[in-house]
Amino acid sequence: MGKYIPATPEERQQMLEAIGLSSTEQLYDVVPASVRVQELHLPSGMSELEVSQKVSAMAEANETFRSIFRGAGAYHHYIPAIVKSVTGKEEFLTAYTPYQAEISQGVLQSIFEYQTQMCELTGMDVSNASVYDGATAAAEAVLMCQERKRKGVIVSGAADPQVITVIRTYCESRDVPVTVVPAEGCATDPAAIQALLTKETAAVYVQNPNFYGVIEDVAAITNATHEAGAKMILGVNPISLGILKPPGEYGADIAVGEGQPLGMPLSFGGPYLGFMTCKSAMMRKLPGRIVGQTTDHQGRRAFVLTLQAREQHIRREKASSNICSNEALCAMTASVYLAAMGPKGLRQAAESSLSHAHYLASELGKRGFALRSGDRPFFHEFLTDCPVDPEVLNARLAERGILGGLPVDGGILWCCTELNSKADIDRLVSIAEEVCAQ
Amino acid sequence: MKLLFERSRPGRGSDLLPPCDVPVTELPGELCRESAPHLPEISEVDLSRHYTELAKQTHGVNDGFYPLGSCTMKYNPRIDEEMAALPGFTNLHPLQSPDTVQGALQVLHTAEQALCEITGMHAMTFQPAAGAHGEYTGLLLIRKYHRSRGDTARTKILVPDSAHGTNPASATMAGFTVVHVPSNAHGGVDLDALREVAGPDTAGLMLTNPNTVGLFDPNILEITQIVHNAGGLCYYDGANLNAVMGHVRPGDMGFDCVHINLHKTFATPHGGGGPGSGPVGCKAFLADFLPAPRVVERDGVYAFETPAHTMGQVRSFYGNFLVVVKALTYILRLGKEGIPEASAGAVLNANYLMKKLADRYTMSFDTLCMHEFVMSLEPQSHAIGVTAMDIAKRLLDFGIHPPTMYFPLIVHEALMVEPTETESPETLDEAAEIFLKILDEAEQDPESLHAAPHHTAIGRPDEVAAARNPVLRYTEL
Amino acid sequence: MYVTPADLKYTKSHEWVSEEDGFIVIGLTDYAQSALGDIVFINLPEVGDDVTAGEPFSDTESVKAVSDVFSPVSGTVAEVNEDLLDNPALVNESPYEAWLIKVENITDTEDLLSAEEYEALVAAEEG
Repeated sequence: MGKYIPATPEERQQMLEAIGLSSTEQLYDVVPASVRVQELHLPSGMSELEVSQKVSAMAEANETFRSIFRGAGAYHHYIPAIVKSVTGKEEFLTAYTPYQAEISQGVLQSIFEYQTQMCELTGMDVSNASVYDGATAAAEAVLMCQERKRKGVIVSGAADPQVITVIRTYCESRDVPVTVVPAEGCATDPAAIQALLTKETAAVYVQNPNFYGVIEDVAAITNATHEAGAKMILGVNPISLGILKPPGEYGADIAVGEGQPLGMPLSFGGPYLGFMTCKSAMMRKLPGRIVGQTTDHQGRRAFVLTLQAREQHIRREKASSNICSNEALCAMTASVYLAAMGPKGLRQAAESSLSHAHYLASELGKRGFALRSGDRPFFHEFLTDCPVDPEVLNARLAERGILGGLPVDGGILWCCTELNSKADIDRLVSIAEEVCAQ
Repeated sequence: MKLLFERSRPGRGSDLLPPCDVPVTELPGELCRESAPHLPEISEVDLSRHYTELAKQTHGVNDGFYPLGSCTMKYNPRIDEEMAALPGFTNLHPLQSPDTVQGALQVLHTAEQALCEITGMHAMTFQPAAGAHGEYTGLLLIRKYHRSRGDTARTKILVPDSAHGTNPASATMAGFTVVHVPSNAHGGVDLDALREVAGPDTAGLMLTNPNTVGLFDPNILEITQIVHNAGGLCYYDGANLNAVMGHVRPGDMGFDCVHINLHKTFATPHGGGGPGSGPVGCKAFLADFLPAPRVVERDGVYAFETPAHTMGQVRSFYGNFLVVVKALTYILRLGKEGIPEASAGAVLNANYLMKKLADRYTMSFDTLCMHEFVMSLEPQSHAIGVTAMDIAKRLLDFGIHPPTMYFPLIVHEALMVEPTETESPETLDEAAEIFLKILDEAEQDPESLHAAPHHTAIGRPDEVAAARNPVLRYTEL
Repeated sequence: MYVTPADLKYTKSHEWVSEEDGFIVIGLTDYAQSALGDIVFINLPEVGDDVTAGEPFSDTESVKAVSDVFSPVSGTVAEVNEDLLDNPALVNESPYEAWLIKVENITDTEDLLSAEEYEALVAAEEG
């Protein structure tokens, strides 16, 4: 079979002879005999047809939903056709990190374009080329802010619980104290943050819109943070920035977020995209790859990986982050998505998500699903009471091909995007009504 | 090449979304942005051509030989991509109830079992999104283990001086101090030096075997024994697993935990720098510390479970799931015969190419290599002023991606060559001829090499100017 | 070969040292800047930070390397040369004018080399 090895057995024998050996086994003579593997306990290899059938069967064993009303960190948006066609190009798919600038201008330029778009979107000065996901972006941002005389972070309890967990993991091993401020009425109380800020606080992390979809009082929190001399890290949903005030306009020092909504499918959680942008003053603390513009010896515009002395391959144990591989193809996906949508299309996606969510909230509200966030403004997610057991409701919705909201604290966290049409929303509401009536 | 922004014209673009079909919600003005972001406005045809042009200036594995040492740039099978694009995977919300994602959980569980068998481990997490992320996770396992025993004195991680930069950087992130262990004359770990530094403050050792000079350390059993005797644990950096999979297992060599680069060894594409996947496997005694959640199987039903003393999470959800689908597809294709055959093929190709170059290029170590070899341009650098960089840049003119340059740090003027098993003998023959021809050129006309490459889209970029005056975004918006 | 002003003192780790208005002034030697190549950034401490004899207080970045700069004295940073943050090339262009930091409240000084001794050290390192 040989699978993906071109050389035939005869050719391999000739190659062995060329290097003075007679058998493949001899290549491993250096391995102690006591630990040589005799045979792996795995199935035998299979033809492409058989593997295709086997893996397809696994895919088919999953239930996918025609209509999705669940977000909570992963969002179902329309992906323009051109996005997949561009990111499927084999040159982009099969290239390594662009170390050799002369034959990597395509990938380098696309990262430069991505960096520019993310700066525009978030209103910040500098972007890196991506990190693993939104949660690790937040954790890296917290570490970026730590100084000798200021150690510790205050985290909004209304942020995505997974993001808080990852921040805790990263901070625990670096001995950075984490204080989580409990959410009140699905929101962060600026006074509660202000009360905790000290001269030792390095940073405050707030998510906007937060896990419950609520638009926070970012201005008040940012003011309090800066008055205490700490850095403000704002976690944002990139689609929301089609409408909402970006971190830069609030005066945040670092903006981070999950870039998945920008053209990446849900994919059971990954690959996703962590984006990070910051003010110029923090440029040299930003982790990960960064592409810069320069010229070649003939004066032609050229792009290169730059500020590399920050990174692990040069700074080794003194590097502020260990990141090497990132999510480059996902960053390109986001870049193509943003270019295809344009400023108007992005605003439309945001506006449609916002309006669908408010329509759903209003319809559900008439049927006993009271908003837990009161009259606080929200974007495209909201938490409601549930007059019946949320699991029962979701099971009934699932029978009709609908993925209901996420059960949270006895209620349901709903999400709408441009994909949840009025007809879909009306259907959901009528099923909910049915279930509640029983 | 024009930038996206330079192709933008106000008013261009196409209607991708329908008008909103419910009353439009207006938010209070103070919550909204003052001005729209300056995103490009481009027609679809211009957008499409833009990326076609960028693709032409990008060298991937499909464009030619890519012997980038330490990166395992093997061919990425198309079936893997097709499987990962199945709607039954791509349309799954990560927070669906487990009964609706049994197939996805089966993917994770089956991949875990196969990779545990290949590495000699007992449990695995797929949460780490890349190799360095896996290193960090593995080191947190070691940290949690010692702390669970009240052993807080173990604050040091031993790292050979030939290690990848991520090793020491990960150790720092995980809260350890790094102690460097010198290499011996054969590029392996200096046992006496190791004995000297291993002690009651040793949390663990990070090692890749074969190491970064492409050699299998024959003292491996003794090395792991020394660390264990000192009370430390052994971490296997799986960056070079493609040399030995199916022939020897990290678990049998005495390692307690390991990360694997699915984007190297298991043929998933690198995407211009990512996404990767860096699953971490461990022996049973460490499994309770793994990140949450883990997938378990009971009576044919898959479920999520939180390990008893979990470190928490190192990323959201379950890692780069689609990359795992690709890797599993690859593993199923190769099976128990194909896996050792692939690694043997990688070792054979490396030795074959090394042999063809050894007469003219100085090999760092005069012995059979594993999946890669390191040559030093130090003699040429002294004699004719031609450096590893010059050779690398000239290779670009011949459509070959250069080897890794100036790594490992313990070899001067290093070029690290990793052909992988998916190159044919004639590709290797042709590459060898080019390598030798370039050396001829170097001897006849060194100046021409300093100016290489000659036929690429741009010449050598001014990296000093890029770093001194960083221009990191387009500003003429 | 390399400029080594006779009125300065030197360290084995290639810093120059002078005394000026009660401060100890520290910079990088001509040999050091030449060996480092094009310096693209210099990380400097802040005024008020403590420095310790024999320990790094700064590092210099070239495109592909980072090198520590060591303090020959223990004391407190009184002034840093902020011009270098914007224009690190000054160290390459005029190493003896482009001082890095001035230190006060000196509590400890390591043994320093004369210009002659330093030239001999460089000659030996050059082989």
